[in-house]
Amino acid sequence: MFLGYFTERPYQDPEAGISGAFLTEGGQLFAPGDAPGAIDLGTSNGLYNPRVAHQLYNRYLDEKVYAEEMGFDGLMLNEHHASLFCMGGAINVEAAILARITKKAKIVLLGNVLPIWDDPMWLAEELAEIDLISGGRLVPGWVRGTGRESVAHNAQSPFNWERFQEAHDFVIKTWTTDGPFRWEGKHFQYRYVNPWSRPMQQPHPPIWIPGTLSKNTLRWAAEHRYPYIMLGGELEAVRESFDYYRECASNVGYEAGPENFGYVIKVHVEESDEHAYEVGRKYLQGPSNPFIEGNQGEVRQHLQSLPGLSPRKGEMLPMKRDRAQAKARGVDTAEAPPQPKAPRVPDHERDFSGSYDKQIERFNIVVGSPETVIERMHHVVETLELGTVFLWDGDGAMSHEDAMSSLTLMGKHVLPAMRQIGDDLNLPGPYDFDPPLGSVG
Amino acid sequence: MTTSNAAWTEAAVQVAGLRVQYLEAGAGAGTPLLVLHRSTGNPGWLPFHEELSGAARTMVPDLPGYGQSERPDWAREPRDLAILLHRALDRIGLDRVSVVGLGFGGWVAAEMAVLQQQRFERLVLVGTPGIRPDEGEILDQMMLAYEVYVRACFADQAAFEAEFGEQPDAATRELWDFSREMTARLTWKPYMWDWRLPYLLAEVETPTLLVWGGEDGVVPRSVGRQYRDALPNARLEVVEGAGHMVEVERPRELAALVRAFVS
Repeated sequence: MFLGYFTERPYQDPEAGISGAFLTEGGQLFAPGDAPGAIDLGTSNGLYNPRVAHQLYNRYLDEKVYAEEMGFDGLMLNEHHASLFCMGGAINVEAAILARITKKAKIVLLGNVLPIWDDPMWLAEELAEIDLISGGRLVPGWVRGTGRESVAHNAQSPFNWERFQEAHDFVIKTWTTDGPFRWEGKHFQYRYVNPWSRPMQQPHPPIWIPGTLSKNTLRWAAEHRYPYIMLGGELEAVRESFDYYRECASNVGYEAGPENFGYVIKVHVEESDEHAYEVGRKYLQGPSNPFIEGNQGEVRQHLQSLPGLSPRKGEMLPMKRDRAQAKARGVDTAEAPPQPKAPRVPDHERDFSGSYDKQIERFNIVVGSPETVIERMHHVVETLELGTVFLWDGDGAMSHEDAMSSLTLMGKHVLPAMRQIGDDLNLPGPYDFDPPLGSVG
Repeated sequence: MTTSNAAWTEAAVQVAGLRVQYLEAGAGAGTPLLVLHRSTGNPGWLPFHEELSGAARTMVPDLPGYGQSERPDWAREPRDLAILLHRALDRIGLDRVSVVGLGFGGWVAAEMAVLQQQRFERLVLVGTPGIRPDEGEILDQMMLAYEVYVRACFADQAAFEAEFGEQPDAATRELWDFSREMTARLTWKPYMWDWRLPYLLAEVETPTLLVWGGEDGVVPRSVGRQYRDALPNARLEVVEGAGHMVEVERPRELAALVRAFVS
């Protein structure tokens, strides 16, 4: 079993009032959507404090180093643009630093937003350099991105999927073919492909594909034999999606196993269940990813569902039952009439506990003492037959201290127990194979 | 959306392997009129179309990729649609027409004039983008919920609600959603303008009427002046009090302007 660590790296600035998804203006609290900066893709970076960002970037890097020390196999970075909940706009920079300051953990990018690169040659060069500096520890993962990514880099949304596929084919060819060669594609053209950097891992670094909803991405990953990493979601819906991957794998002549499947899940550990329950509530606070159900933040649906970005009816995974996510990704846009805006409710009268408890009940969030967490994670990995699990912690309004104490307990209790569970249930990860899964497309 | 109950017919031609559908009515002695719809698609036979068809044969195609006209997957700019529409008119057998372009449809009409002005007797462009504004910016529909965008096309919100109700019906929303996807394929970056167009318009001698709503919140009035300055034979009329969708807010007034100009 492959065990990784993940944080979205939220921009937390208590002094500016951006702690919680609420901003304060003159000491007044605003509900999400009412404050000038609380709306997804509606926050001016006039509020940005570089000194705070300096501390946060280094804090998150320090936590990654400690996660390696605690025994995690992989350190995961994700990428979003123009967003408070994820400071990773340029993840290759963070990955390059980790390549130098960590020793053995894989650096897992889940992932670069392929369609927004107008020059994927540059991406091929950057990733190759990271792989070289790290001594072959890079796991590139590629995503299509949400609407905010296409907006931020002005990538033409109707061609998102075409550009994803062509950029992928181009980068893989660049890494695996002796240059120079010429590329005359539909979206990208190069007259001289011959970069003076090639990845350390041969024929190319293992590719993992993260996702949540898009059925054709899942099918594409299965056809390329790339491990698929599901970014959260309800267990039953995730199971059904994995079944679809298995079906696609079988159609192209192989049997998918646990090594093909990964899952990112929110896990926070404290000495006692009570303490963990209280700290875990912070997942739903802070500038946490607003398109995850129950979080405090407002998504502007029309920007998430840019024209042509989401597949139309019949191409969605069963996860669309997860309404908040589905809405955010633009499902049923034509069918659902716009809802009247909810009246403003003062912060102290808002009740998020029901949603928090519901997420715990559904295993969207796992909090507790090491014993509780181990028991619940046993259920998760067994239900989904996972070869890869990323524990998502230190997010929302959680402090550095929250993250570090949980990491310590993970290292001491949770990771060894999960490895044992993986062995007992025979759940190999992608690196339990030679060559590792995903490295031969 | 109000559509007319008057008798109109529906027909289609094949162009470059694609079906192009159009509605038509009227049979007056005047030169036939071609009406090109906006980026939000054509909801049907409108009172504005009906007003025009009283004087001349009036044809309203769904632009290729919109409504019932098949999508040219390869199309990347409004000029591609202009070429297809010229060929559609060849197939229909219309050598000479006057054209009325509404909003984005006006940009397509301007491209058609650049390509083959001999076909056009008169050109009417209503709140038409296609040129980078000297002043202000063209409202970016890609950053707005489509309902919010269409509302912004009206000076009078009561007029919007009279047309669409407070909550537009599913068919209307689907039309807007579907049309926006095609628009995003044709004009994304830069949005709604092409730096080559004003230079090419200098050679278009077709008499042209430019009509702008006095309260157009989508395409700045400066673009109207830029069209007027670029075209050798153009004048600009402003419909005071109207927004961007002049043909919906003031169908009779706009039709009267068009009829007076083309007859």
